Parts: sequence; C-alpha cells; structure tokens
Amino acid sequence: MTTALYLLRRVLQALAVVLIVTIVVFCLLHALPGGPARGVLGVSATPAQITAFNQAQGLDQALPVQYLRFLGRLLTGDLGTSYTLNEPVAQLIAERLPKTLVLTGISAVLGLVIAIPVGMWQAARRNGAVDYAATALAFVFYSTPAFFLGLVLIIVFSQQLPWLPSQAPSGNTLAEVFQDPAGLVLPVVTGALAMIAVFSRYMRASTLENLQEDYVRTARAGGASTATILRRHVFRNSLTPVVAMLGYYLPVLFGGALVTEQLFNYPGMGLLFWNAAQTSDYPTLLGCVLVISIATVVGTLLADVAQSLIDPRVKAGRA
Amino acid sequence: MTAQLAPEAPGAASLVQPVASTGWRLAVRRFRHNTLAVIGLVVIVVIVLFCFVGPFLYPTDQTHTQLSQANLGPGAAHWLGTDAVGHDVLGRLMFGGKVSLMVGIAAGILATVVGTLWGSVAGYVGGWVDAVMMRVVDAGIAIPALFILLVISAITTPGVGGLIVILGFVSWLVPSRLIRAETLTLKNRDYVLTLRAIGGSHARAIGKHLLPNSVSTIVVAATFQVADAILLVAYVSYLGLGVQAPATDWGGMLSAGLTAAYSGRWWLIVPPGLAVILVVCAFNAVGDGLRDAFDVRGR
Repeated sequence: MTTALYLLRRVLQALAVVLIVTIVVFCLLHALPGGPARGVLGVSATPAQITAFNQAQGLDQALPVQYLRFLGRLLTGDLGTSYTLNEPVAQLIAERLPKTLVLTGISAVLGLVIAIPVGMWQAARRNGAVDYAATALAFVFYSTPAFFLGLVLIIVFSQQLPWLPSQAPSGNTLAEVFQDPAGLVLPVVTGALAMIAVFSRYMRASTLENLQEDYVRTARAGGASTATILRRHVFRNSLTPVVAMLGYYLPVLFGGALVTEQLFNYPGMGLLFWNAAQTSDYPTLLGCVLVISIATVVGTLLADVAQSLIDPRVKAGRA
Repeated sequence: MTAQLAPEAPGAASLVQPVASTGWRLAVRRFRHNTLAVIGLVVIVVIVLFCFVGPFLYPTDQTHTQLSQANLGPGAAHWLGTDAVGHDVLGRLMFGGKVSLMVGIAAGILATVVGTLWGSVAGYVGGWVDAVMMRVVDAGIAIPALFILLVISAITTPGVGGLIVILGFVSWLVPSRLIRAETLTLKNRDYVLTLRAIGGSHARAIGKHLLPNSVSTIVVAATFQVADAILLVAYVSYLGLGVQAPATDWGGMLSAGLTAAYSGRWWLIVPPGLAVILVVCAFNAVGDGLRDAFDVRGR
C-alpha cells in the first residue's frame, strides 16, 4: 500500500470515529432524566415553562431531527450557549483549550524527556539495582490516583516546606499564566510523574526487544560498544512504537488534566468541564467532551502518521 | 484508565508454543519463580483477609456517628485515629475496602467479559462488521473515561450495582482490542484452517480452538482490568459518583478527608491512599507475572 492510500484510509477511519463520538455524546445527553430543561429551570418549573423552554431550544423535536440539526450547527462551529455562563460554548472552550494544551504539553514533554533515558538505562542494565528501583517507582506512580498524588505534593511542597504555591496561575491569557511559573510546577509534576511511570515501561520494553534484533548482534560482532549501539541504532528504532503509544495515551493525559486543573484551580478546559458538571450545564459538558474527543482522534491520527513516516514497515501493514 | 504498563520483551519464553492444557503446569512453575508476582498475590490475599475477616478481630461501629470521638489522632484506643464524625479509621479502612474490592473486581470482570465477546466477534467475523465494531471501540477510547464519569455524575447517583455497570461500560474497550488481535492470529492457524477444511463448524472452531487458546490472554487481561477498575473506583467518589452514606469506599474516604488533610489530619488520607496504591500495584504485579508465565503478548 502506498503512503497516500494508507493516510487516506486512516483519515477516513478518523472521520468515522468522530461521527460515532458525536452520536455517543448526543445519546448520553438525551438520556437525562427530566431532560436538560429540569437542569436549567430547576425542580419548581411549571410544565408550561418547560414546554416553552423545549420549544425555544428545539428540544421538542424528534431525536434524529435534533441530531442532524446538532451536527449541522457543529459544522459551523456552533456548540450552543452555556446555560450558566451565558456565553457561546465555542468561545468558552477557545479561551481555555490553549491553557490546557500548554499545561498537558509541558507535563508530557517533561515526562518523556525523563522516561525515555530512564527506560533505555533500565533495558541496558536489566535486572540491576536501577532497573528494580525504577520499576518499583513506576508501579507505585502508575497505581496512585492523580488527585491523591497532587494532594500529597501540595501538603509536602506547599504546606510543610513552603517552597511552591498550591494554586496554579489564574490569568485569563497564556501570557498571564506564564508570569507565575512557580505556580505551574506542582500541576506539571503531578502530570509528569504518571507519564514517566507509563512511558519508562514502554521504552524499557521496546529497547529490550530491539536489543535482541540481529542488527544489534551484527554491530556487537563488529566491535561497537553498548553505548554506541544504544545511541546509534537502538534509540530510534525503540522510539517508534513509543510515538504511537503517545497517541493512545492522549485520553489519559486529558483525563489527568481534568483532575489537576480542578485540584490546582487552573483555569483550563478541565476546570470549565468540572464546573459545568457541578451546575448541570449540559451544552458546555457536551461541547467539552466533543472537543476533547476530537482532539484525541486527531492526536492519535498524527501519532500514527508520524510513526508511518519514521518506520516504513507500518504502511506495509507489517508492524 | 486505558494506559497500561508495557510488557517485558519476549525472551526465551517466546519459543514456547501457545499454552494449551498441558502448558498450565509450566505456567504455574514460571509464575512461582516470579518473586514480584508472588508477593503481589500474597498482598492481595492479606488485604482481602484484612477487609473481610479483620472486622471480626477489630470490631468497630461504622454506621453510627460518635461526635464525642471525632478527629482523634492515632492512639491505643483508635490505632489509626478517627474521622470527622467519630468513625474509627482502621475499621473504616476494612469497611470501605470491601466496597472498593468488590466493585473493582466485579467491574474488571464485567469489562473483560464484554470486551471478550465484542473483540472475538469482530476478529472472527472480520470484514465490514469488524471495521464498524472497531471504530465504535476507537470512539469509546477517544472519550476520556473520567470525562464520561463526570457527565454521568451530573445526571445520576448510582448504587453499588449501577456503579459496577458504569465502570464496566467505560473500561471494556482495551480488552476488546486485545482479544480481537488474539482472535485474528488464532483463526488463521493451521489447526483451525484444517478443522474448517474437513468440515468443522464455526462453533466448533471457536469452542475447540479459539476460546481455549485465548483463556490465558483473557485471564491476563482480566487481572490488569481489575487493577485499573480499583483505581477507577477511587476516582469516582472524587468525581461525585461514589457510593452513598453510610456506605463508603477508599475513594470516598480520600474525598472526605481532603480538606482535613490540609489541616494536618494526615491519618484520614494516608491509609486509604496507601491501600489503593498497594492493592493496584499487587494486581498489576500478578498480571505481569501471569502474562510472562503464559507468554501472552499485549499489555
């Protein structure tokens, strides 16, 4: 299969996935007991008020019709209006998404920069002290709920040792957020630790697998040192599957952002979503789920494309 | 939680053929030589005994509040202190642990059963049915589980049974991918093709070859799934979906203790936090051990 065909097939698959996501989200939000009207108008609303609300919002029509109208509005970038904040959901998300992407992006990069060398070190010195210690730590951090980890970090580094603020920067723009870099440390570390736990394991496994390949034996026979083999040959080959895993890890990253943003009061999309859930602000909930899911699909697609560009075996369907 | 810790690279073990019934003794022997996995198994047994037998040895009242006994530090009368309404924390750790373990194990098994059915049908039938079924899985994976759980918490407050169904519903996707991959490799094996060629039915191919040969994959997937589900149970109380009072679970204890922890009452959050970490680590270690013992790929 040529690269173009492979890419076309992946893009079509991604579009199908996005379509299914819209159906899932639409169904979920129409499974509400009493419907969105109760959530907005409260339990004391009269039937007449509810009918009027449903008419105004188009909630009285058949579900397939509502779905198609919903899809049509989506294509024009209209995600509805927040019930509680009285602002277009698209605008609310557009203000907050960059902040979430920056926070998770910094966490992810920091996590990878640490996890990749650690994983390679573990593979090169398999069953050594460092390998066991890193494995134990990876197990512990993988098994720690993010909100518990964040809380312990706050208590240790913000209360007992008053080194860092327990609140993230609360500015409206990215520039304001970056004026208080100390406030970013704890949220970033909370996300990065979980990332290191998972990706050091991937990198270790991937490196071990490559170290058993014939090309490594050939290089060894030619007299190359382990360090040279790792740096010149194994590093790039081991990284390829890790790049693909990054795409699949995105839902976990965004889920983590939900927790860290709430815990550290960081004004990103996770906090917007959290507050929307507390106030039953369904248009905002719906919009956030959609945008996060589409971001995940696109991220996974990009990771697959990147992998196919690095590794010619992928598009041949052999890896 | 859909991420997993990655597998060991296949070593000498990968020379061994897929495990049939004769491979079980070999697998048990390999498992017993995996120190970490054996420790994990012991930890699970100890924690289960702690939660289910412990209350008989260390009886506490977990239903009535005793405000005169509230907020006591650890001491002789209350080994791990008491919470804001006077419940003994050590006793509550056993009381809540029952719910965490039962919900986690049930949800993990439910997710594995649903995932196995979905994945094996998709893999065995193939073609456009497979394509559609797997796009549904892709879509489910694209929506972060914590987001879905928070939306559900805005809609309803489930009981224990509802919680198991909800957690199973958000976590069957990864096992379905693993089982599908397993089915895809198995259905083109010579012995399956031979059976089909001499006139064996699809049902016979599935019953005689595919399922028995997938058992190890399913068992390994279920173990990791239980680990993830117990972790997810800890999240749901934080997200406002937890079991209702007077019942509680480790996640509920953590959520209830959050503010108290800021004012120094560490004994309200450290015990349930460590309990979650310990039991999730243990299930993951056992899963690792089983995977290596059965020589299963994936995860």
